[in-house]
Amino acid sequence: MSPVHRHGSRVPNMQMIIASRLTDGRVVFLGDGGAWVDSIECGVVLEKEEDAARRMSEAELAVTDNRIFDPYFIDVVVEDGERRPTKVREAIRAFGPSVRTDLSAGGWDWHVQIR
Amino acid sequence: MYRYDEFDHKLVAERVEQLRRQVKRRMSGELTEDQFKPLRLMNGLYMQLHAYMLRVNVPYGSLSSAQMRKFAHVARRYDKGFGHFTTRQNIQYNWIKLEETPDLLAELAEVEVTAIQSSGNCVRNITSDHYAGRAKDELEDPRVYCELLRQYSVLNPEFSYLPRKFKIAVTGSPHDRAAVALHDIGLRMHLNEAGQVGFEVLVGGGQGRTPFLAHTIREWLEPEHLLSYVEAILRVYNIHGRRDNIHKARIKIIVNQMGIDRYRELVEADFERIRGSALKIPQAELDRINAYFAPPEYEELEDISGELAALRAADERFDRWVGANVAAHKVPGYSIVNLSLKAPGRAPGDMTADAMDAVADLADRYSMGEIRVNHRQNLSFVDVRQCELHTLWQKLEGLELATPNINRLSDVVCCPGLDFCSLANSRSIPVAQDLSRHFIDVDKLALVGDFTINISGCMNACGHHHVGNIGILGVDKRGKEFFQLTLGGSSDEGASLGDRLGRALPQEDVPLAVEAIVAAYLDIREEGERFLDTYRRVGIEPFKEAVYGPSVVRAVA
Repeated sequence: MSPVHRHGSRVPNMQMIIASRLTDGRVVFLGDGGAWVDSIECGVVLEKEEDAARRMSEAELAVTDNRIFDPYFIDVVVEDGERRPTKVREAIRAFGPSVRTDLSAGGWDWHVQIR
Repeated sequence: MYRYDEFDHKLVAERVEQLRRQVKRRMSGELTEDQFKPLRLMNGLYMQLHAYMLRVNVPYGSLSSAQMRKFAHVARRYDKGFGHFTTRQNIQYNWIKLEETPDLLAELAEVEVTAIQSSGNCVRNITSDHYAGRAKDELEDPRVYCELLRQYSVLNPEFSYLPRKFKIAVTGSPHDRAAVALHDIGLRMHLNEAGQVGFEVLVGGGQGRTPFLAHTIREWLEPEHLLSYVEAILRVYNIHGRRDNIHKARIKIIVNQMGIDRYRELVEADFERIRGSALKIPQAELDRINAYFAPPEYEELEDISGELAALRAADERFDRWVGANVAAHKVPGYSIVNLSLKAPGRAPGDMTADAMDAVADLADRYSMGEIRVNHRQNLSFVDVRQCELHTLWQKLEGLELATPNINRLSDVVCCPGLDFCSLANSRSIPVAQDLSRHFIDVDKLALVGDFTINISGCMNACGHHHVGNIGILGVDKRGKEFFQLTLGGSSDEGASLGDRLGRALPQEDVPLAVEAIVAAYLDIREEGERFLDTYRRVGIEPFKEAVYGPSVVRAVA
């Protein structure tokens, strides 16, 4: 079963593809041209189903090429030009950990309840 | 402490090289993630939310200063400068690189530390009383039996693929500091009518989504038969334990489905078959291992209780610290000192590399080079001269390791939660931080007395919320984090599971709810009662009223 089916997100509203880098396990996002980037701001936001399917194929290729593993879609909203995952878990992956902001990617106000 | 022999060294070195080859194959794509996962897990390497996480064993919670310095080195060289001590007396590193893991493990092997079987469906790190060998109320040092069990269970081919993970805890004291009733096997040393030391054997305890207290499967077991009896328990579990459903695979499920009497029959039958086998422990082997745990050479120290009393009278802060963080030692003139990793606002169990080095230095100077890790995520120095308590306290204060809160309200236990863990539903560390900042008044901590709070970020209960006097469980409600409170849990010799208090609360209300519970307790407690005693006397209703009554915090349906 393809990751598209596995993660049940065939109809994207606004989505991104998140994964773990093989060498160090760090969180990465699919960017333009098949690049895998550390920052959510540099990742590609997907709005069309056909784009999502095509990009997930790129992600699967990167799995085969031993660059990343466990790619999946996350839902995001864009507020004031900034990408915000809609689930706590994915917000923590993108911006956390919330308790060690000195070690995290930063860019999130953890005192605000995550939607 | 136990020292590796040539076989141990060889085994560990081979294991590191084996993992090096496996990592190489994974990096080249020869192994997929699905193929590699069980291999890395057998070496304690998990994948968490931000990076790989490595869990390193601290056998029965005993560490040398050299091992602590190596932990500090690993934190600096391979991680982000800190480590996290867990409720299973281990240490975890949260930012490990896959490609560096074999080198890291080779460095740990230099000080006889491994990550073997710190994960996987096998016998995990054997845990014990952190006061082992020093406690005043102890019958014998339980670490001797922990070490025997460690050697027996590491890479034991019959038990390397159990239905699920398997945890064993051993205590040598009547006051249970090892939570034996919450383990797959709990071993509680006691005397029989003839005055001989043996074990009460408990089986089928555990937390997680289906918590159970262990049943006594055998009232008294001769120590020489320990391995045979444990093997019989493991074998029956290996045969009858469920492998079709991960949530029903622990031994507690099969023991409670089958009934303890039937489980006992099966175990006793196998035990009778093997009790005379090579598993019978020769006295010479017990003596050999015992020698590693021989007490250090203590000085004959003069009684300084008068001097100490004067120091306590002269300095209230020192007095508070001694009252909360110092425990009785079996040798006159010595004390056990607990180092609190729960300063206000701190993530429970976290420690920087610099603090680890400083603790190693203090252990060398003040406690014969040994450090213990306990299941409440604090550390202990177990051989401190009482005449040096005041000096040591000052140094620990400088390191923010002297908060006088051991087993008090702000000594909160918590799992890594959703800030790190891929299984969690909610964050737990911020809740612990809120509580430790809220209960900052040391006079109030002393007034309230013994009080345990445990937080877990999901039903897997790594923060042991079921056995906290107040348990706090993080739950996800429509994508938001809420916290469910339980009351009346305990992990000691009178172990009990907490009762659910009511509806879940938002994070900001948790300290207010705990405050309300504490206020109700102070209001209704009788002379000498701990919170747990009061709770058992009056039940849950007064506390429910205190939290959900009309004038108190808002609860969420």
